[in-house]
Amino acid sequence: MTIVSMSTIAVVLACAGCLLAVAVLAVALGRAAWASALIYGACFVISAVALACALFQLLTQNFPATLTLPLGLPWIGARFRMDALSAFFLVVVDLGAAAASLFAIGYGRHEEEPLRVLPFYPAFLAGMNVVVLADDAFSFLVAWEFMSLSSWALVIAHHGVRENIRAGYVYLLMASFGTLALLLGFGLLAGAGGGYAFSDIRGGFHAPAITALVLCLTLVGAGSKAGIVPLHVWLPLAHPAAPSHVSALMSGVMTKVAVYGFVRIVFDLLGEPAWWWSMLVLALAGATCVMGVLYALMQHDLKRLLAYHTVENIGIIFIGLGLALAFSAHAMPWAAALSMTAALLHVFNHSLFKSLLFFGAGAVLTATGQRDMEHLGGLIHRMPQTAFAFLVGCAAISALPPLNGFVSEWLTFQAILISPQLPSWGLRFLIPAVGALLALSAALAGACFVKAFGVTFLGRARTPAAVEARETDRFSLAAMFIFAALCLIAGILPGIFIDALSPVVQSLLGDRMPMQLGIEWLSIVPIAQGRSSYNGLLVFLFMVFSGTFAAFAIHRLASDKLRRAPAWDCGYPDASPATQYSASSFAQPIRRVFGSVVFRAREQVVMPPPGDTHAARISVVLRDPLWETLYLPVGNAITYLADRLNHLQFLTIRQFLSLVFAALIILLLVLALWP
Amino acid sequence: MALIVDFIVQGAQMLTVLLLAPLLTGLIRKIKARLLRRQGPSVLQPYRDLVRLMRKEVVLAESASWLFRVIPYLVFAATWVAASLVPTFRTGLLFSWSADLIAIIALLGSARFFLALAGLDVGTSFGGIGSSREVMIASLAEPAMIMIVFTLALIAGSTQLSTMAGFLVTPAVGLRVSLGLALIALIMVAIAENARIPIDNPATHLELTMVHEAMVLEYSGRHLALIELSAALKLLLYVSLIACLFVPWGTASPAADTGGLAIGALSYIGKLAAAGALLAVFETSIAKMRVFRVPEFLGAALMLGLLATLLLFVSRSL
Repeated sequence: MTIVSMSTIAVVLACAGCLLAVAVLAVALGRAAWASALIYGACFVISAVALACALFQLLTQNFPATLTLPLGLPWIGARFRMDALSAFFLVVVDLGAAAASLFAIGYGRHEEEPLRVLPFYPAFLAGMNVVVLADDAFSFLVAWEFMSLSSWALVIAHHGVRENIRAGYVYLLMASFGTLALLLGFGLLAGAGGGYAFSDIRGGFHAPAITALVLCLTLVGAGSKAGIVPLHVWLPLAHPAAPSHVSALMSGVMTKVAVYGFVRIVFDLLGEPAWWWSMLVLALAGATCVMGVLYALMQHDLKRLLAYHTVENIGIIFIGLGLALAFSAHAMPWAAALSMTAALLHVFNHSLFKSLLFFGAGAVLTATGQRDMEHLGGLIHRMPQTAFAFLVGCAAISALPPLNGFVSEWLTFQAILISPQLPSWGLRFLIPAVGALLALSAALAGACFVKAFGVTFLGRARTPAAVEARETDRFSLAAMFIFAALCLIAGILPGIFIDALSPVVQSLLGDRMPMQLGIEWLSIVPIAQGRSSYNGLLVFLFMVFSGTFAAFAIHRLASDKLRRAPAWDCGYPDASPATQYSASSFAQPIRRVFGSVVFRAREQVVMPPPGDTHAARISVVLRDPLWETLYLPVGNAITYLADRLNHLQFLTIRQFLSLVFAALIILLLVLALWP
Repeated sequence: MALIVDFIVQGAQMLTVLLLAPLLTGLIRKIKARLLRRQGPSVLQPYRDLVRLMRKEVVLAESASWLFRVIPYLVFAATWVAASLVPTFRTGLLFSWSADLIAIIALLGSARFFLALAGLDVGTSFGGIGSSREVMIASLAEPAMIMIVFTLALIAGSTQLSTMAGFLVTPAVGLRVSLGLALIALIMVAIAENARIPIDNPATHLELTMVHEAMVLEYSGRHLALIELSAALKLLLYVSLIACLFVPWGTASPAADTGGLAIGALSYIGKLAAAGALLAVFETSIAKMRVFRVPEFLGAALMLGLLATLLLFVSRSL
């Protein structure tokens, strides 16, 4: 450990401290008109400093740096450690935080009740930073819960809307449930001796039954925060309810902190994986992918659609993690390194384009006051710059080359193609199916973003609000364009990013992908002995060349004349914008193909009788299979039990005393009989 | 020197696909017309159509945005790049390693993504109907295609098209069940992707049955020319793909001399003509299916692809 690395972790922790101080400052200043710009500006600067430290640490590879503060549990203190994994996730967190703060300098001005947002925002950032640095179970859980609660406060910031209160309620329940699972998991790992420091857990012996149980608890705890199906229900409610820059952070960054929690516990603390772990993870991940995107296709609320896509992308990330588990359980570390790199690269990529898309949705929300796509349309004319940045995000998340989403999905596909070498039969049947689900969800994501961009930004404006929309402010645009540029750069020069990830993968799995920057023409190759390669830069240059060549040749040699005229529409153009395809009519073919199975979608057309001039009505009924089969029965059971136990409130004092006495006796008996 | 030759061959490939694509379309139309006992236009008619469209002015809808004008170039660029990465008369082209088969499929996916956006841009109901049906078809055709790629990649040990073609021509491949399934699935996907009968009718004038044509209904002049050319390129791409993977005989290897290149070029032309004739006969002998029968058709392709992949996961020799 060097002095330098020691000081970077101290600086990042100091940044977290500063963020907390800013939160306190926000309580004091929140009412002032200029407070919002000041607070977000401070958050931007602090996040940028933390980002620089984390990047420095990741690139110079001075690992690990540790620091112990005299806080927390008295016998271990609060331990912090920055290794390659933490440094990488710190980069993700602070890059997202810096961009969101920059966006909010402009966006935050429109906040009606700044005191409900300003103090919690820096606290939320601080929480996420500390989770990633924590090196003992106690500080990890405290920071985790801090992150959950501060984001919960942000979810219910606009508490006037009934929907948001319900979102906050479901989120609070699920977050507490998740933390409980993690708490139990850490308890099992620490054992009776109470070795809560991660170094003790890492070094200790854990029985296979214990590790299996901890894996399941981690999947519940970290998985519910990340949004794994079927624990995702809170996510599409809570993420859209928060102000847009917070939505961007929750979707783009907080889910990644959950992925960090999973990777830290399963790959670092648990030790050698058993072969069946990966089956569990892969099956859940495959389901998450497809369900996420199918739910998204049925939405017409722009922010909720984006939130469901987070679920889908978490599925893609977990497919990579599941493959890494499978390969490392079968002693194929080179293949595990490829899968893990794919997953982590997708973590980074998703944090870029999902934040970008939420920024875009926020800009639309400020400009029109609408989240419902059915009330938008034609915004490309009114907000051309936002539309351009949003389009880049849509293309990136749909995994279109030469943008970054394609690279990580391509790597995941390459990892799947190695898997026939696995000896286990269960995995051999499961992995092709997961591959098919991944391919299906990639294609459906493309369809969904055609809908999201097409209905919101293209076509003709559907409401006066959309007609009068104005381009958003410069800060918001700057944040969006920085991320759009990063999406392109990460897409055409993926080798740089893969190489930056190699110390992380090396430290977790003991192997790494081949060095990418040395390969000629800046191509990427997934495995040294394979013969597959992809070169984003060349594909990009090729496309630019052929596009400009075509444009030049045609404009020069043929015609460049142009005339504006009414739309053709087969000779029957209708002036009413209501005759355009809407979000739900666009999704109708897909709803009929997939929705009738998954959501038991039913369309009902009510035609007025002949002679009646009333309009015909079409109504669509969708049912949420997971909510109905998993959550409603549990909720009903709890309500039933609560009703049964209700009469306990109305006992006499003697009955209460005897109850207390009986409880005491039983507890003492248990203690006496405990082996 | 070798690099310059490689450059020239790659450039020749780009020009070849661009120049041959309308001819293939013209040939298919001619054969279809003859099968219906019509005289039919000359096989050169698509070139004349393209030139005429290029010279005409563009009539742009009032509600069209800048994106609508950029999309034809984007679609053309993506399709052209994809088409010039598929080996035609010679494998191992200079840039063939810059994108593997997955990337080629994704490039076509980009083209479709933007074309579907163009359908929504003007804000008419026909554009919308075209786009929404196109993405529905794509949402099944693309995964089916990825499964086919998996099958081929597992057999050849690489997703690189040149490597695959090189491996599939060796006797080590033999007759495999999985290859047969993949071929059937690939043909089904190719028919759907190119909007041919029975999925879509490229010659229809009945708006409600159109998918691809409805989506590009608002385009005119040079924009339409580019889109027509892209469609022709895409058809050529799929024919070349099937030819280079399943009928790889005659294709020149990277080491081939001038004679080898000539044989490669001649056999390629022969394969194109044969494929065009087969497609025309197939299209003439079958009726178009209802839109909601299409998912069943493509679902079958997806299942065949998945089955082929599963077989290879079970045993490398199947």
